[in-house]
Amino acid sequence: MNQKRTFFTVLVLMALIGILTAVLRHTISGTPFFPGQSTSVWLVEARVDFEATGGPVTASLSLPGLKTPGFALYEEQAASPGYGFSILEENDNRRAEWTKREATGEQSLYYSAHLVESDQDNSSDVGKPAGENRNVAWEAAQELAAKEVLDRARETSSSPQSLTRELIKLLNSPASNQNTALLRSDNVDQAELVMNLLGREGIATRSVMGLYLEDARRRQTLTPMIEIHTGREWLLVNPQTGEVGIPANLLLWHRGGVSVLDVSGGGKSQVAFSMIKQTVPAAQLAKAQNSGSIFSRLGVHGLPIEEQSMFKFLLLLPLGAAVVVFMRVMIGLKTSGTFMPILIALAFLQTSLVPGLISFISVVAMGLALRSYLSRLNLLLVARIATLIVLVIFIISALSIIGYHLGYSTGMTITFFPMIIIAWTIERMSILWEEEGSQEVLIQGGGSLVVAVLAYLIMQTQLLNHLTFNFPELNLVLLALILAMGQYTGYKLTELRRFRAMDEL
Amino acid sequence: MSKRWVSLRRLRQLGMLGMNCRNVDFINRYNDRKLFPLVDNKLKTKLLAQEYDVPTPSLRCVVREQHEISHIERQLADMDSFALKPAKGSGGKGIVVVIGRKGDDFVRSSGALLSLADIRRHMSNILAGLYSLGGASDVAIVEDLVAFDDCFSGYSYEGVPDIRIIVFQGYPVMAMLRLATHASDGKANLHQGAVGVGLSLDDGRCLNAVQFSKSVKTHPDTERSLSDIQVPGWRDILVLAAQCCDMTGLGYIGTDLVLDKALGPQLLELNARPGLSIQVANGRGLLPRLRHIEGLTGRRRLSPEQRVDYCMRHFVAVGGQSQPGIL
Repeated sequence: MNQKRTFFTVLVLMALIGILTAVLRHTISGTPFFPGQSTSVWLVEARVDFEATGGPVTASLSLPGLKTPGFALYEEQAASPGYGFSILEENDNRRAEWTKREATGEQSLYYSAHLVESDQDNSSDVGKPAGENRNVAWEAAQELAAKEVLDRARETSSSPQSLTRELIKLLNSPASNQNTALLRSDNVDQAELVMNLLGREGIATRSVMGLYLEDARRRQTLTPMIEIHTGREWLLVNPQTGEVGIPANLLLWHRGGVSVLDVSGGGKSQVAFSMIKQTVPAAQLAKAQNSGSIFSRLGVHGLPIEEQSMFKFLLLLPLGAAVVVFMRVMIGLKTSGTFMPILIALAFLQTSLVPGLISFISVVAMGLALRSYLSRLNLLLVARIATLIVLVIFIISALSIIGYHLGYSTGMTITFFPMIIIAWTIERMSILWEEEGSQEVLIQGGGSLVVAVLAYLIMQTQLLNHLTFNFPELNLVLLALILAMGQYTGYKLTELRRFRAMDEL
Repeated sequence: MSKRWVSLRRLRQLGMLGMNCRNVDFINRYNDRKLFPLVDNKLKTKLLAQEYDVPTPSLRCVVREQHEISHIERQLADMDSFALKPAKGSGGKGIVVVIGRKGDDFVRSSGALLSLADIRRHMSNILAGLYSLGGASDVAIVEDLVAFDDCFSGYSYEGVPDIRIIVFQGYPVMAMLRLATHASDGKANLHQGAVGVGLSLDDGRCLNAVQFSKSVKTHPDTERSLSDIQVPGWRDILVLAAQCCDMTGLGYIGTDLVLDKALGPQLLELNARPGLSIQVANGRGLLPRLRHIEGLTGRRRLSPEQRVDYCMRHFVAVGGQSQPGIL
């Protein structure tokens, strides 16, 4: 009794560990419990080109923060043969730095980042950190013009952001007056001009470089933007349109006064961006996001893709095994060969159900017909089974070829059936036929097929497929279940029928 | 009116032993795996029985190698009747009973003729492991045919009636007589269509009879009334069965015995995984008796005879009806 209790305690513990690990994996790595959830991933590549002059080269490129409004960075790489590469972080700024002792001629350096759209708060950081309150010395004429423009804008506004908006509206208005024309003539860059004007109003501003993300664009450049401080928070403003707030597809690449790209030891430097949008299942994303965590090491995802696809099948086997145990222990269905149904079910996974069933039944039926002839030949058992294997291969090849010529490509998938197992099944069934009659063959063959179909239906369920592959620890629960069924001493369902004569007494 | 299903409650009430329970609580617990070969291999059982002086049909020859088959006719020359069996066969598979000769051919119990080539092919199949569990290679044994006792004449069709007794911890707990029928092709296996006759443990009287899980009153082929059956020399039979437990060391076995006209009860074979149909034939479950034996103290001190006497006293059935309080 005591032993039994320990056994069941261990089972419960096992199941709990499995479930807890799965929940932990879910919360920590974000692997979803349900399949089919996908997220957009942007692959952005920055290409730095310059001409090296022959001496030591240091190229430094500003990088987006790990978390920028609307996006989260989860993977970055640099490809630059021959260069030393590192990512430097100071304060809020991250910079990629490529270094080389000696370089001449055209140089191309690549940096690529995977960014996920995230729904983090879209506002810039609160507070009043490193911004600048520009105080430019204006020329007398410009001073006057700036004052005029600002006065007009101030009249129709109430807050820093509305002032900015009005200011940009004035600067953009097609009926531009002398004042705006005068201001423009000197400051070509509108962002600079707006910042200078706002500085004169005592409003803190920062310059920002943003990148508009559009699918499959190449040779894009950064768009200058400004941020203004409203007294409580920083707001992003588009200096061209006066729009306030961060557009959904804008990636804030660079912030602050430092230059985006610095190259020493080279000239004609420029940076260009290309980007592509991918829709990645959330599961795959979680995998990449946590490539360093313990869960990814305990998971299957760390393996090469080829091995992974094999594991996908392997991890399904426990499900099939559980079905077989259930059907035999609890229901009491007879099958020919204990685990043959799982192998058939695995084959069904490749062929899909109906073609699989048809081809399996036809192969076995033909095999049985041929086997009945073999029994007259008086062969040794091993030779007979070997003959059967060869015959099964003939049958399968013939069916594939005929199927192909008739235009059914499904005929080809017949090769997924485990031939040796089929040969043995045919042999067993033929013996069964001779000894116990056709009825027993139908019972056991039918039982095997029922179990196989059931195992197939369970194994091909999207959800279970997803769970066993992404949460291998859930197999512990399955194991506990199988062990518990192994201790079941109650009646089988079929025994209620088998002992039916007991009711008459 | 025969129902298609029996309720769970009824099974529990009768103390029916289910397959899962048998495997987990009795076979796994009382039968040591390493002793299984003693009963799974009929040759070993036979040699063991000879050592313990347990009567068994005498062994005529053993065919171990393929090449011995080619001159098997010399071995069979002086035998008119014999039984050819695979040593590791299960469920009566692969057993050929030859009852006489007709020219060069052998006459099977069913009346069918077998040529020498058929015999050879059958032996070759046996050696290759066709009838053994898992297809392991096997040996063929040829033994004397039992001249079965006349007391069963008219009760068995084309085959030897045998007595199956479940022995638990050395105590015979349930018995049944298995009668071959035309449907069972001379075999004594219930699932193949043999008639199972439950026997009362105190005197070997018929309690109830079933075929294909249905109650029968007469033998389907010979029409003889089954309720008249009373096995002679009942106590000796039970003692022989009880000895088999001491001989093998297995705690839960099915013993298959036959009654020879001249030699009395003979051990035919043992089974470490005896079937459950004996309960249907007896109209009662095994569990109450098994649990009763489990609860006995000092059960190992008793001799086979004492154990048999205990069972004959305690496991008395009244008329095939199961009544509360009676094991």
